[in-house]
Amino acid sequence: MARDIPGIAAPARTDLPVLKPFRPGSFAPDSMAWSRWLAGLPPWTPLALLAVAFAWPTVAVAQTDMSAGEAWGILVRWIPFIVGSGFVFTVLISILSMLIGTLLGAMLGLAQISKNGLVRRFAWSVTQLFRNSPWLVILYIVLLALPFEVVIFGAVLAIPDWVKAVFGLSLPIMANISEIVRGAVQSVPTAQWEASESLAFSRRQTLWQIILPQCFKRMIPPWMNWYAILTMATPLCSLLGVEETITLTRQALEAENNRPALLVPFYGFALILFFAYCYPIARWTISLERKFAVKL
Amino acid sequence: MTPNSGWTPDQPIISLRNVHKSFGELEVLKGVTFDVMKGEVVCIIGPSGSGKSTLIRCINALNDIQEGSIQVEGQEVHDAHLDKLELRKKVGMVFQQYNLFPHKTALQNIMMAPVKVLKEPKEEVEKRARALMAKVRLQGKEDAYPGELSGGQQQRVAIARSLAMRPDVMLFDEVTAALDPETVKEVLVTIKDLAAEGMTCILVTHEMGFAREVADHIYFTDRGVIVEHGPPATFFTEASDPRTKEFLSQIL
Ligand SMILES: Nc1ncnc2c1ncn2[C@@H]1O[C@H](COP(=O)(O)OP(=O)(O)O)[C@@H](O)[C@H]1O
Ligand SMILES: [Mg+2]
Repeated sequence: MARDIPGIAAPARTDLPVLKPFRPGSFAPDSMAWSRWLAGLPPWTPLALLAVAFAWPTVAVAQTDMSAGEAWGILVRWIPFIVGSGFVFTVLISILSMLIGTLLGAMLGLAQISKNGLVRRFAWSVTQLFRNSPWLVILYIVLLALPFEVVIFGAVLAIPDWVKAVFGLSLPIMANISEIVRGAVQSVPTAQWEASESLAFSRRQTLWQIILPQCFKRMIPPWMNWYAILTMATPLCSLLGVEETITLTRQALEAENNRPALLVPFYGFALILFFAYCYPIARWTISLERKFAVKL
Repeated sequence: MTPNSGWTPDQPIISLRNVHKSFGELEVLKGVTFDVMKGEVVCIIGPSGSGKSTLIRCINALNDIQEGSIQVEGQEVHDAHLDKLELRKKVGMVFQQYNLFPHKTALQNIMMAPVKVLKEPKEEVEKRARALMAKVRLQGKEDAYPGELSGGQQQRVAIARSLAMRPDVMLFDEVTAALDPETVKEVLVTIKDLAAEGMTCILVTHEMGFAREVADHIYFTDRGVIVEHGPPATFFTEASDPRTKEFLSQIL
């Protein structure tokens, strides 16, 4: 008995049960697959990775100009630099991008369920554009399109590259958050809209007081999933010269004359850093998803 | 509704004239006409798919109509300038599937609309909500979430939730159809109390015994038209329309 609520439900033809037609898209992997996979790894995975990274010089015979112990010693000297400056900056970039992306994405998502068809089409197009474009391309366009300085009230304000990178990364996040919001709102049965409408709630009141509170929790796990994906994507910024983890790792290696035996341990260490940061997030995400699935 | 609509309580509180409603090509209501007086209880019966739900959903403007006129307290519902929210403050509706807000307790479900929509003071609304919980015989369940209540209990909360808006008319769409036979009675008792207090009610129902007992007038709809109607005393015994006869013979 679904009625057409603009932006919420496609017009229902009948309330008779019908067989759902085959939908090719239904076989697409779900968007949480990444967190699910990561959370499924055993906690000793980083140790195994670390061991492999350091066994590398010993195994790769051609490159053994250095023992594992020696490589470790060199890495330890660089860890404060790579973690203290690089990874901290990575985390900062990811948090800022997430904040901006969430804010813009929430607005775009609500625009996607607007009563106004024009607003809806526009928001949908923006969402699809940024959801389906390569992140690196978006980053480059933002880098080149934004001026390197702006003039506000006569004061010249330089825009550093890392700010552009934050903005560039926030765009695909925005698009994906927009889809999360739209999907969550549309997952609430239209009967809830009708019940509150017949109690004389306005559309705005219905959305904010009845619908969003019901689906807010549902949005948290996919939102966290996108945060972890975003963090994993921040090394893209190193291509813009932003001094995050990978850029600093490369600088450290250069300072060590790019000795081949160091390459795998250093980049391996960077990998473990990302893993160590994202793994608990993924575990938490999946446990929240389970919890919310049981209780609305 | 508006003070200048010229409506007085001796006129029909709800008045339908030649109402036509289509979903695209499908014409669901094909000219429905009837009046309901203040304090009357009207039952609408008829086979599934005959447009009963559509009909009562047009009365509180959940569905729009293509032709004809629906007036509630003299106010035309089929009017582009109608303030639907004002109309719905006067016309309560209870659904087959209860449709309680799952994230709110029973008491909060009842309090929400008066507080948020009517902007009435919270303490006053809470007092009224507790009284309504007692009225539908659910004292002690105030803090239960809908998921913790049985179907019959949820439906009674839904009735109380509608009543909290102090409507002039109540619409019931097969409110017992989704319930176990044992819990049907507790909901019917609640509605009967309401009817006895003089609430104007329009009920879509398949409970013939109930209709016979509480209805002032019964309408039988089939394929979008009213084919038979009358007070219960004569409706069940003197039906002349063959479709009505067949339906009644199946259901009684
Ligand atoms: N939103 C809708 N869109 C299209 N057709 C609808 C819609 N709602 C109901 N119908 C159709 O209208 C007819 C009457 O439905 P309904 O009023 O629910 O009948 P009843 O309540 O008497 O069983 C049915 O054929 C149904 O499929
Ligand atoms: Mg129905």
